[in-house]
Amino acid sequence: MNAMFAIAAGIAVLATVMMITRPSAVHALLYLTVSLLAVAMVFFVLGAPFAAALEVIIYAGAIMVLFVFVVMMLNIGGEAEALENDWLKPAAWIGPSVLALLLGLELGTLAARGGLARSAATVIGPQAVGIALTGPYMLAVEIASFLLLAAVVAAFHLGRAVMRGV
Amino acid sequence: MTAIPLDQGLGLAAALFALGLAGVLVRRNLLFMLMSLEVMLNAAGVAFVVAGARWAAADGQIMFILVLTFAASEVSVGLALILLMHRRNSTLDADASYHLRG
Repeated sequence: MNAMFAIAAGIAVLATVMMITRPSAVHALLYLTVSLLAVAMVFFVLGAPFAAALEVIIYAGAIMVLFVFVVMMLNIGGEAEALENDWLKPAAWIGPSVLALLLGLELGTLAARGGLARSAATVIGPQAVGIALTGPYMLAVEIASFLLLAAVVAAFHLGRAVMRGV
Repeated sequence: MTAIPLDQGLGLAAALFALGLAGVLVRRNLLFMLMSLEVMLNAAGVAFVVAGARWAAADGQIMFILVLTFAASEVSVGLALILLMHRRNSTLDADASYHLRG
Protein backbone atom coordinates (compact mmCIF):
# COMPACT_ATOMS: atom_id res chain seq x y z
CA MET A 1 0.00 0.00 0.00
CA ASN A 2 3.02 2.23 0.47
CA ALA A 3 3.64 2.06 -3.27
CA MET A 4 0.12 3.36 -3.95
CA PHE A 5 0.72 6.23 -1.54
CA ALA A 6 4.09 7.00 -3.12
CA ILE A 7 2.67 7.08 -6.65
CA ALA A 8 -0.22 9.37 -5.71
CA ALA A 9 2.03 11.66 -3.66
CA GLY A 10 4.56 11.84 -6.49
CA ILE A 11 1.85 12.77 -8.99
CA ALA A 12 0.53 15.45 -6.59
CA VAL A 13 3.95 17.06 -6.15
CA LEU A 14 4.81 16.83 -9.86
CA ALA A 15 1.49 18.35 -10.93
CA THR A 16 1.91 21.18 -8.40
CA VAL A 17 5.40 21.96 -9.69
CA MET A 18 4.05 22.05 -13.25
CA MET A 19 1.19 24.29 -12.10
CA ILE A 20 3.53 26.87 -10.59
CA THR A 21 5.73 27.01 -13.68
CA ARG A 22 3.05 27.29 -16.41
CA PRO A 23 2.84 30.68 -18.10
CA SER A 24 -0.81 30.24 -19.10
CA ALA A 25 -3.57 30.24 -16.49
CA VAL A 26 -5.65 27.53 -18.19
CA HIS A 27 -2.74 25.10 -18.37
CA ALA A 28 -1.99 25.79 -14.72
CA LEU A 29 -5.64 25.05 -13.89
CA LEU A 30 -5.39 21.68 -15.65
CA TYR A 31 -2.35 20.73 -13.59
CA LEU A 32 -3.94 22.03 -10.39
CA THR A 33 -6.98 19.83 -11.01
CA VAL A 34 -4.72 16.80 -11.48
CA SER A 35 -2.89 17.70 -8.27
CA LEU A 36 -6.18 17.87 -6.34
CA LEU A 37 -7.29 14.51 -7.77
CA ALA A 38 -3.96 13.00 -6.71
CA VAL A 39 -4.46 14.33 -3.19
CA ALA A 40 -7.92 12.73 -3.20
CA MET A 41 -6.21 9.46 -4.12
CA VAL A 42 -3.84 9.94 -1.17
CA PHE A 43 -6.85 10.39 1.13
CA PHE A 44 -8.39 7.21 -0.23
CA VAL A 45 -5.20 5.24 0.41
CA LEU A 46 -5.00 6.72 3.91
CA GLY A 47 -8.44 5.31 4.70
CA ALA A 48 -10.45 8.54 4.52
CA PRO A 49 -12.94 7.92 1.66
CA PHE A 50 -15.27 10.72 2.77
CA ALA A 51 -12.48 13.29 2.64
CA ALA A 52 -11.48 11.90 -0.76
CA ALA A 53 -15.01 12.33 -2.11
CA LEU A 54 -15.23 15.88 -0.74
CA GLU A 55 -11.86 16.71 -2.28
CA VAL A 56 -13.09 15.62 -5.71
CA ILE A 57 -16.55 17.22 -5.42
CA ILE A 58 -15.65 20.55 -3.83
CA TYR A 59 -12.00 21.23 -4.68
CA ALA A 60 -11.67 19.62 -8.10
CA GLY A 61 -15.32 20.28 -8.92
CA ALA A 62 -16.76 23.48 -7.50
CA ILE A 63 -13.65 25.57 -6.84
CA MET A 64 -12.06 24.70 -10.18
CA VAL A 65 -15.30 25.66 -11.96
CA LEU A 66 -15.10 29.07 -10.28
CA PHE A 67 -11.52 29.50 -11.47
CA VAL A 68 -12.42 28.48 -15.02
CA PHE A 69 -15.35 30.92 -15.04
CA VAL A 70 -13.10 33.78 -13.99
CA VAL A 71 -10.40 32.90 -16.52
CA MET A 72 -13.01 32.85 -19.27
CA MET A 73 -14.52 36.16 -18.08
CA LEU A 74 -11.10 37.81 -18.11
CA ASN A 75 -10.48 36.74 -21.71
CA ILE A 76 -13.53 38.24 -23.39
CA GLY A 77 -12.05 40.11 -26.29
CA GLY A 78 -10.93 40.07 -29.90
CA GLU A 79 -7.92 37.81 -29.62
CA ALA A 80 -9.69 35.32 -27.37
CA GLU A 81 -10.35 32.89 -30.20
CA ALA A 82 -6.73 32.65 -31.30
CA LEU A 83 -5.80 32.27 -27.65
CA GLU A 84 -8.17 29.36 -27.20
CA ASN A 85 -6.80 27.65 -30.29
CA ASP A 86 -3.39 28.04 -28.75
CA TRP A 87 -4.61 26.47 -25.51
CA LEU A 88 -5.96 23.39 -27.28
CA LYS A 89 -2.62 22.32 -28.76
CA PRO A 90 -1.74 18.70 -27.84
CA ALA A 91 1.37 19.79 -25.96
CA ALA A 92 -0.91 21.59 -23.51
CA TRP A 93 -3.22 18.79 -22.52
CA ILE A 94 -1.08 15.69 -22.93
CA GLY A 95 0.84 16.15 -19.67
CA PRO A 96 -2.21 16.44 -17.39
CA SER A 97 -3.94 13.63 -19.30
CA VAL A 98 -1.06 11.22 -18.72
CA LEU A 99 -0.96 12.05 -15.01
CA ALA A 100 -4.74 11.66 -14.70
CA LEU A 101 -4.53 8.35 -16.58
CA LEU A 102 -1.94 7.09 -14.09
CA LEU A 103 -4.28 8.06 -11.24
CA GLY A 104 -7.16 6.25 -12.94
CA LEU A 105 -5.03 3.12 -13.36
CA GLU A 106 -4.11 3.27 -9.69
CA LEU A 107 -7.77 3.57 -8.68
CA GLY A 108 -8.62 0.65 -10.96
CA THR A 109 -5.88 -1.47 -9.39
CA LEU A 110 -7.20 -0.68 -5.92
CA ALA A 111 -10.74 -1.56 -6.95
CA ALA A 112 -9.60 -4.82 -8.54
CA ARG A 113 -7.74 -5.79 -5.38
CA GLY A 114 -10.83 -5.60 -3.20
CA GLY A 115 -11.78 -1.95 -3.09
CA LEU A 116 -12.42 0.21 -0.11
CA ALA A 117 -12.37 -2.43 2.61
CA ARG A 118 -8.77 -3.35 1.86
CA SER A 119 -7.49 0.02 0.70
CA ALA A 120 -6.04 1.02 4.08
CA ALA A 121 -5.14 -0.31 7.49
CA THR A 122 -8.03 1.47 9.18
CA VAL A 123 -10.89 3.04 7.25
CA ILE A 124 -12.82 5.91 8.85
CA GLY A 125 -16.00 6.03 6.85
CA PRO A 126 -18.62 8.74 6.36
CA GLN A 127 -20.70 7.38 9.24
CA ALA A 128 -18.04 8.01 11.88
CA VAL A 129 -17.35 11.46 10.46
CA GLY A 130 -21.04 12.33 10.40
CA ILE A 131 -21.60 11.20 13.98
CA ALA A 132 -18.69 13.30 15.22
CA LEU A 133 -19.79 16.25 13.06
CA THR A 134 -23.28 16.39 14.53
CA GLY A 135 -22.15 15.53 18.05
CA PRO A 136 -19.10 17.15 19.65
CA TYR A 137 -18.38 19.36 16.63
CA MET A 138 -21.80 21.02 16.35
CA LEU A 139 -20.40 24.45 17.25
CA ALA A 140 -17.72 24.13 14.56
CA VAL A 141 -20.43 23.42 11.99
CA GLU A 142 -22.30 26.56 13.07
CA ILE A 143 -19.13 28.62 12.77
CA ALA A 144 -18.54 27.19 9.28
CA SER A 145 -22.07 28.18 8.29
CA PHE A 146 -21.45 31.73 9.51
CA LEU A 147 -18.25 31.81 7.45
CA LEU A 148 -20.10 30.67 4.34
CA LEU A 149 -22.82 33.27 4.92
CA ALA A 150 -20.21 36.00 5.24
CA ALA A 151 -18.58 34.79 2.01
CA VAL A 152 -21.92 34.85 0.18
CA VAL A 153 -22.63 38.40 1.35
CA ALA A 154 -19.12 39.57 0.42
CA ALA A 155 -19.19 37.91 -3.01
CA PHE A 156 -22.63 39.41 -3.71
CA HIS A 157 -21.47 42.89 -2.70
CA LEU A 158 -18.29 42.70 -4.80
CA GLY A 159 -20.18 41.16 -7.70
CA ARG A 160 -22.62 44.09 -7.71
CA ALA A 161 -19.65 46.45 -7.88
CA VAL A 162 -18.34 44.48 -10.88
CA MET A 163 -21.72 44.68 -12.60
CA ARG A 164 -21.98 48.42 -12.03
CA GLY A 165 -18.61 48.73 -13.76
CA VAL A 166 -16.89 50.57 -10.94
CA MET B 1 -2.40 -3.81 4.82
CA THR B 2 0.34 -1.76 6.42
CA ALA B 3 -0.47 1.76 7.51
CA ILE B 4 1.22 4.72 5.85
CA PRO B 5 3.99 6.06 8.12
CA LEU B 6 3.24 9.42 9.66
CA ASP B 7 6.44 11.06 8.45
CA GLN B 8 5.72 10.23 4.81
CA GLY B 9 2.28 11.81 4.95
CA LEU B 10 3.54 14.88 6.76
CA GLY B 11 6.40 15.07 4.25
CA LEU B 12 3.87 15.23 1.42
CA ALA B 13 1.95 17.96 3.27
CA ALA B 14 5.16 19.94 3.84
CA ALA B 15 6.22 19.57 0.20
CA LEU B 16 2.83 20.76 -1.09
CA PHE B 17 2.84 23.67 1.36
CA ALA B 18 6.34 24.71 0.32
CA LEU B 19 5.37 24.55 -3.36
CA GLY B 20 2.30 26.68 -2.71
CA LEU B 21 4.38 29.20 -0.77
CA ALA B 22 6.92 29.32 -3.58
CA GLY B 23 4.07 29.95 -6.03
CA VAL B 24 2.72 32.84 -3.96
CA LEU B 25 6.19 34.38 -3.68
CA VAL B 26 7.35 33.83 -7.26
CA ARG B 27 4.28 34.52 -9.40
CA ARG B 28 3.01 38.08 -9.68
CA ASN B 29 -0.28 37.24 -11.39
CA LEU B 30 -3.11 37.43 -8.85
CA LEU B 31 -4.84 34.38 -10.36
CA PHE B 32 -1.72 32.27 -9.88
CA MET B 33 -1.27 33.60 -6.35
CA LEU B 34 -4.84 32.53 -5.51
CA MET B 35 -4.22 29.07 -7.00
CA SER B 36 -1.05 28.71 -4.93
CA LEU B 37 -3.02 29.73 -1.84
CA GLU B 38 -5.39 26.88 -2.65
CA VAL B 39 -2.44 24.48 -2.78
CA MET B 40 -1.28 25.70 0.64
CA LEU B 41 -4.75 25.24 2.19
CA ASN B 42 -4.94 21.83 0.58
CA ALA B 43 -1.59 20.92 2.15
CA ALA B 44 -2.96 21.88 5.57
CA GLY B 45 -5.92 19.59 4.91
CA VAL B 46 -3.55 16.76 3.97
CA ALA B 47 -1.74 17.20 7.28
CA PHE B 48 -5.05 16.98 9.17
CA VAL B 49 -6.20 13.85 7.36
CA VAL B 50 -2.80 12.17 7.79
CA ALA B 51 -2.88 12.84 11.52
CA GLY B 52 -6.48 11.61 11.72
CA ALA B 53 -5.49 8.38 9.96
CA ARG B 54 -2.50 7.93 12.27
CA TRP B 55 -4.67 7.93 15.41
CA ALA B 56 -7.66 6.30 13.67
CA ALA B 57 -9.92 9.21 14.65
CA ALA B 58 -12.57 11.08 12.68
CA ASP B 59 -11.38 14.48 13.97
CA GLY B 60 -8.82 14.88 11.19
CA GLN B 61 -11.46 14.59 8.49
CA ILE B 62 -13.71 17.05 10.34
CA MET B 63 -10.89 19.59 10.44
CA PHE B 64 -10.39 18.92 6.73
CA ILE B 65 -14.06 19.74 6.11
CA LEU B 66 -13.62 23.03 7.98
CA VAL B 67 -10.51 23.83 5.92
CA LEU B 68 -12.57 23.05 2.82
CA THR B 69 -15.27 25.49 3.92
CA PHE B 70 -12.65 28.15 4.48
CA ALA B 71 -11.06 27.50 1.08
CA ALA B 72 -14.41 27.75 -0.70
CA SER B 73 -15.32 31.07 0.92
CA GLU B 74 -11.81 32.45 0.38
CA VAL B 75 -11.89 31.57 -3.30
CA SER B 76 -15.32 33.10 -3.90
CA VAL B 77 -14.35 36.41 -2.30
CA GLY B 78 -10.87 36.37 -3.83
CA LEU B 79 -12.13 35.76 -7.34
CA ALA B 80 -14.71 38.55 -6.99
CA LEU B 81 -11.88 40.88 -5.89
CA ILE B 82 -9.79 39.76 -8.88
CA LEU B 83 -12.65 40.56 -11.27
CA LEU B 84 -13.07 43.96 -9.63
CA MET B 85 -9.36 44.71 -9.92
CA HIS B 86 -9.36 43.62 -13.56
CA ARG B 87 -12.22 46.06 -14.26
CA ARG B 88 -10.45 48.93 -12.53
CA ASN B 89 -6.84 48.49 -13.60
CA SER B 90 -7.23 46.07 -16.54
CA THR B 91 -4.28 44.11 -15.22
CA LEU B 92 -3.80 41.25 -12.79
CA ASP B 93 -0.27 42.22 -11.77
CA ALA B 94 0.00 42.26 -7.99
CA ASP B 95 2.69 44.94 -8.16
CA ALA B 96 0.48 47.28 -10.20
CA SER B 97 -1.73 48.27 -7.29
CA TYR B 98 0.34 48.07 -4.17
CA HIS B 99 -0.55 51.56 -2.99
CA LEU B 100 -4.07 50.48 -1.99
CA ARG B 101 -5.50 54.00 -1.98
CA GLY B 102 -9.21 54.42 -2.66
